[in-house]
Amino acid sequence: MSLVADPGLVSESEDVQTRTRGYASYLGLKVLGAIGSLMFMLVVNFFLFRVLPGDPARTLGRGRLTTDAQKAAFNKAYGLNQPLPEQFWTFLKNTAHGDLGISIQYRVPVSHLIWERLWPTVLLVGTSTILATVIGVYLGIRGAWKRGGRFDKISTSLSLTLYSMPEWWLGLMLIAGLGVGFWFVPGIFPTGGLHSPDVNPSSLHGILDTTWHLVLPVTTLTLAYLADYSLIMRSSLLDELGEDYLLTARAKGLRDVQVRNRHAVRNAMLPTTTIIALNIGFVVSGAITVETVFSIPGLGLLSIDALQAPDFWVLQGFFLVASAGVILANLVANLIYGWLDPRVRT
Amino acid sequence: MTDPSLLEIRDLHVTYATGEGALPAVRGVDLTVDRGQIVGVAGESGCGKSTLASTILRLQPVNATVTGEVRFNGRDILTMKWGELRAVRWAGASIVFQGALHSLNPVHRIGAQIAEALHVHSSGLGETTVTGRIDELLGQVGLDPERARAYPHQLSGGQKQRVMIAMALACDPELVVADEPTTALDVMVQAQVLSVLSDLVRDRGVGMLMISHDLSVLADLCDRITVMYAGRVVEEGPAAKVFADPLHPYAGALSAAFPRVGDPAARFAPAGLPGDPPDPRHLAGGCSFAPRCPRAADVCLPAEPELVTYAEGRAAACVRIGEPLSPAERSRDHHA
Amino acid sequence: MTTTNESTGTVPVSARRLTRQRRVAAWKRGWAQFRTHRSGMVGLGILVFFVLVALLAPILASSQGLDVTTANGPVLGAPSGHYLLGTDENGRSVLTLLIWGSRISLFVGLLATLISMVIGTLLGLVSGYFGGWIGRITFRLTEWFLVIPFLPLAIVLASVLGRSLFNIVLVIGVTSWPGTALLIRSQTLSIKERAYVERAEAIGAGRWHQIGKHVLPNVMPMVFANTTLTVAIAILSETTLSFLGLGDPTRTSWGSMLDSAFEIGSITTGSWWYIVPPGVCVVLVVLAFTLIGQALEEVLNPRLRARS
Repeated sequence: MSLVADPGLVSESEDVQTRTRGYASYLGLKVLGAIGSLMFMLVVNFFLFRVLPGDPARTLGRGRLTTDAQKAAFNKAYGLNQPLPEQFWTFLKNTAHGDLGISIQYRVPVSHLIWERLWPTVLLVGTSTILATVIGVYLGIRGAWKRGGRFDKISTSLSLTLYSMPEWWLGLMLIAGLGVGFWFVPGIFPTGGLHSPDVNPSSLHGILDTTWHLVLPVTTLTLAYLADYSLIMRSSLLDELGEDYLLTARAKGLRDVQVRNRHAVRNAMLPTTTIIALNIGFVVSGAITVETVFSIPGLGLLSIDALQAPDFWVLQGFFLVASAGVILANLVANLIYGWLDPRVRT
Repeated sequence: MTDPSLLEIRDLHVTYATGEGALPAVRGVDLTVDRGQIVGVAGESGCGKSTLASTILRLQPVNATVTGEVRFNGRDILTMKWGELRAVRWAGASIVFQGALHSLNPVHRIGAQIAEALHVHSSGLGETTVTGRIDELLGQVGLDPERARAYPHQLSGGQKQRVMIAMALACDPELVVADEPTTALDVMVQAQVLSVLSDLVRDRGVGMLMISHDLSVLADLCDRITVMYAGRVVEEGPAAKVFADPLHPYAGALSAAFPRVGDPAARFAPAGLPGDPPDPRHLAGGCSFAPRCPRAADVCLPAEPELVTYAEGRAAACVRIGEPLSPAERSRDHHA
Repeated sequence: MTTTNESTGTVPVSARRLTRQRRVAAWKRGWAQFRTHRSGMVGLGILVFFVLVALLAPILASSQGLDVTTANGPVLGAPSGHYLLGTDENGRSVLTLLIWGSRISLFVGLLATLISMVIGTLLGLVSGYFGGWIGRITFRLTEWFLVIPFLPLAIVLASVLGRSLFNIVLVIGVTSWPGTALLIRSQTLSIKERAYVERAEAIGAGRWHQIGKHVLPNVMPMVFANTTLTVAIAILSETTLSFLGLGDPTRTSWGSMLDSAFEIGSITTGSWWYIVPPGVCVVLVVLAFTLIGQALEEVLNPRLRARS
């Protein structure tokens, strides 16, 4: 603890050092951190399947390998007889080359499988996240600015209820209501799947068809995310409302809207981005459940199917991709935060 | 005097509605500031002076009820239309806020924050005009124009305070309200900031309302001083007189609390007044200073004393002024 | 330390007594404030209701009703006088399943939260209080665990260890402690700055003594508020994991009910009594915890209080 309570009390003759490291070094630091997390993830991924109880060959080739000869061949192919450090090295090398093993169920390289199934998931999650962010942030801002008003009360109650709801249950309700139909509500949307059976997905008709199939799933995820985001944004903005610099802004003669957008919201975006980033992990989870409920052939459904077999190479590859996705999303969020808040760059 | 004063506050009452009852922060304050005049407002925290400052530009919080008049060049700010109020804000009267530590937006560069004030009040300003003006303003407060690119967290407390002053002068206001501009600054920086302020007043003829709990600072700088206690004015008069020869016991205590450099007797004087400022929600009814007053007597208890005018343009609200001291009081006074 | 007053003759009070008195007074104040929050009280009411249902399950509905072999109701029967919420695909009363399911849903959620809070608070305290490499390493560890995606981990663990409730508890515990740890850490850091911690150091108080006597009591309120919000997430997680079939197939929880309901196509057959009530129960319980947690946060954080 310094003897001077406030560093600002230091005499002006020592000018404050502007040790601006700048955005570039902040970026570099964060990328290094992400790589570190990735390394940790690879270690966890490796050990999950090999160190946990059970003979690796039995675990990894469960149900498929019965004879000793088969087991021996399996062990040799995946180096399971080697000491653990060597296995890990093999694993790293293979992963770096994109060799994630062969799927037991589909008999194709896992990497191909993942690549194939990646796009529906990205489409679903990407669209929902963008929509949810835009709508959720707007709702949060409007609610917080006129706190306690009718809009705020309704919006907050709705958000709280949606937030407390499992997103897949919401999906089920939407299917029941708008897919199958009940009472007087017609079931106009498809109840599942990504494409209609006899339509070419790449044609214009096919694209429209795919979009139509995605309406309910995207609505489900968007509603689930936006509840969370609007609550976070509202809370962050309410935190900012007590700050002194807003008084300065109003004293300068700015209009209410200008004070809100240029000052309050601008600052409230900082904690909002951080918390939204922390929630990215749940975005992956949401995709899994919604794909299951709507039978969308994406990564999520792939993992659930792989669980039945169990198809360990697929699961290992999936876990890797899911973790890498979270790390990447966190990195992006950190970079955005660093761009928004000059204080972390110094 | 047919010309209206620059600032004329009449019978201002500001009451906050809190969860625990109504809190009267300002209870009937009259104040006048003329052009080229520096008026000081002195008092402890909680006496209502900061509420006064923000109410002048109608910046009081939503839960505050305001009655009375705040006339700026004859026009009442409290009843102005929104558009006129926004024009008066900053271009007519500006505020240098207390604790500039948090009064600047941490994510905008300080040059941009000053420029914002300029853009609000003049449309279509070219970039060079704006940059030139910012450099000029920063220079006037003794800051390097390069600092315009800095963020608030890169500046020291004194530098931030000077930025606030520069920003307050950006639109050439006629009145500047300085709310505790030197609190939380060390003595050397304080002296610099005060000299900047006084130069600006002399050179430009702006009127200044300066708020502080430090009576010695006000005595140096101000032409007149108003002393507030528990939301009311308890003494008012020429600065030097109020400081050197206070009429009201509270003003006396404030004055004695700060040792005068060069006065050897002051080194032996115990500083500080016992007790705390009263809770505005639970005022006894008599003189609100009575519980802590060294001169309190039974005559002080029935009613709150009125502000009475004395010679030499002075006024005070105490019923015991002009009465001789009792022996007990005299000895207490001697040691105070 | 004693306080005596010659004129009134009050009893000398020990320091410990005084602290306890003050703490009790603080709790009473906090409760009084909490009571003013309508939403928090509603949440508390809902929670008490469900806890009572879970505790009184044997009284409210015979556990025989869970037995698949002795069930003799209609398959997916609509609600009737005898079966208030209809029956499932095995002929069991949905209401019975719902009542007994509350036990698993609440229990798993609370147990997982307990694990998460213990780990999170401990590591949060350590990384906040201790500087140097201990603090840094624990912080790094917290950041790493933060990026582990919850559901993929659950799926992977289920594949390797098999499906069980223990797995669910483990996964939720392992993935939710970092959030708590970060919160506790920042709280600890700000408490560390306060003067009385310095003074305690100056008089030579040991580190763990400090953490126990000074830091922990001030962190506890925040831990408390965070716990309720964590339970909400834990219950949601358990429901999701059970829905995906990662839990114990022999134990009924609201999530497993929804799993069965989904698997047999309740939506297409219109068996709303099977698929709607468990979901509604989950929403109510999670909402209850969330409301309580928010009200607690407002009680404990004076700044938040000012804005409601």
